[in-house]
Amino acid sequence: MIFNAHPSLDWGRQSYSGRASVLSIGSHQGVNRQWIGTATLWGHEFTTTGFLGVSTDSNGVISRVAFPSWLTIPSTYSLADGRLWHFFFAWLLVINGGLYLLHVTRSRHLSQDLWPSAADWRAIPRSIVDHMKFKHPQGEAAKHYNVLQKLAYLSVIFVLLPIIILAGWAMSPWLNSLWPGWVEVFGGRQSARTMHFFVAWLIVLFVFIHVFEVIISGVWNHLRSMITGNYRIIAAKTTRVGHEGP
Amino acid sequence: MRDPDLSRRKVMRAALAGLSAWLFAGCDRLNNSSWFPRILESGETLSKSVHKLIGRRAMAQEFSDADISPRFRGNGNTNPDDANYQSHVRERFTQWVLVIDGLVENPIKLTLEELKAMPARTQVTRHDCVEGWSAIGKWTGVPLSQVLMRARPTSGARYVVFHCADAFPSGDDSDESIPYYESIDMDDAYHAQTIIAYELNGESLPVANGAPLRLRVERQLGYKHAKYIMRVELVHTLEGIGEGKGGYWEDRAGYQWYAGI
Repeated sequence: MIFNAHPSLDWGRQSYSGRASVLSIGSHQGVNRQWIGTATLWGHEFTTTGFLGVSTDSNGVISRVAFPSWLTIPSTYSLADGRLWHFFFAWLLVINGGLYLLHVTRSRHLSQDLWPSAADWRAIPRSIVDHMKFKHPQGEAAKHYNVLQKLAYLSVIFVLLPIIILAGWAMSPWLNSLWPGWVEVFGGRQSARTMHFFVAWLIVLFVFIHVFEVIISGVWNHLRSMITGNYRIIAAKTTRVGHEGP
Repeated sequence: MRDPDLSRRKVMRAALAGLSAWLFAGCDRLNNSSWFPRILESGETLSKSVHKLIGRRAMAQEFSDADISPRFRGNGNTNPDDANYQSHVRERFTQWVLVIDGLVENPIKLTLEELKAMPARTQVTRHDCVEGWSAIGKWTGVPLSQVLMRARPTSGARYVVFHCADAFPSGDDSDESIPYYESIDMDDAYHAQTIIAYELNGESLPVANGAPLRLRVERQLGYKHAKYIMRVELVHTLEGIGEGKGGYWEDRAGYQWYAGI
């Protein structure tokens, strides 16, 4: 919801430098006075009526908001409520993230299970092909993370999440003042806002791919193993596990 | 062969849409409940406590003249339609008087001329709106601490309230409007960068940006920077101000009083 209060993203220290926005979502009236929603990415305008800029809310009313009401919390315009949700879950992320980092480093989960081995690096091309074919490791190999999975986890844990948290902090006027100028590492507050936003979508993308992979590689087995630690190995099965039939 | 696949895809898509609709509707129900927002608010309380713990004396980043926005966006009211205010505009604010009263030993009235004769401070700072945008401007004005030194707040004074010449809808269903108001605590009031500005980028403050006087309280979001200031009132509690939350947007839209986040 917060984005809808100012649906444009800029690069630099401020929003009104005169340069074009990285991304902006808006609306204008067409020839027949109908509202047309647009998204402009690096100067390229796309018509997005029905989704971005102009959409139909839950009461069937056409409304000119950047993100449609079904994609925002709350569904109606309330910057104050949106911020309450945002900062509450931001704290949950920071506290959980801190505890998680402490745990993975002390339990050696990081060095033993997550960090790619030499064999892993060599297996990257094969792993890519396996993923494209939706082919999943069988037997003992299914007990370990594969190399692409490891790299995906590591980049979320050590790149995306730290960036999104720091870029979030970079938007707080008080945190800015703690060490004047530190926000420049992002290129300024508005660059930080832009990165916060794009990284958020990268994390959403990760979640979707992750859940997709869990589903196609045997959802119940995975869920059970996450909770109990027991992962059933299907040794002699020749068909692809969990993959949809012909 | 393709039909079952297609219908399965349709079912999957419907299930996904249903699931997300159910999730988001659930969030809306929580949002509109009386208890859940209070839990959410603990996030704000935590941030505020951390800020207080680490300290509130730090200085906001200052920029160079090269960073100044070509256009400094005016937000909220950009031209108060009050007849009294408009006559001040015509008189170029020569008759404008700033009243400082409430819990002070020496209530005073200062004309624009008198304010400009006081020690001044110029700072190039970034204005961060709660909506998300930022603009950079060069502000010149009197440090609020200077004004307070003259008025001498009593020991009971804990907040500084700004009463403004611009009006906003009262929020209840009537057509009435009420003047804008905001407040800050004494920490912010005595901060070196907290000034009552009368110039933007070396020229008299434009009407859109709060002429003739506006507050600059760097390290807080834009809605704290009251424009068109007529009266500075020192109070012990915010209870008697508006509906008690300390500012127009705090009372009407649920914005946080502490806007350092």
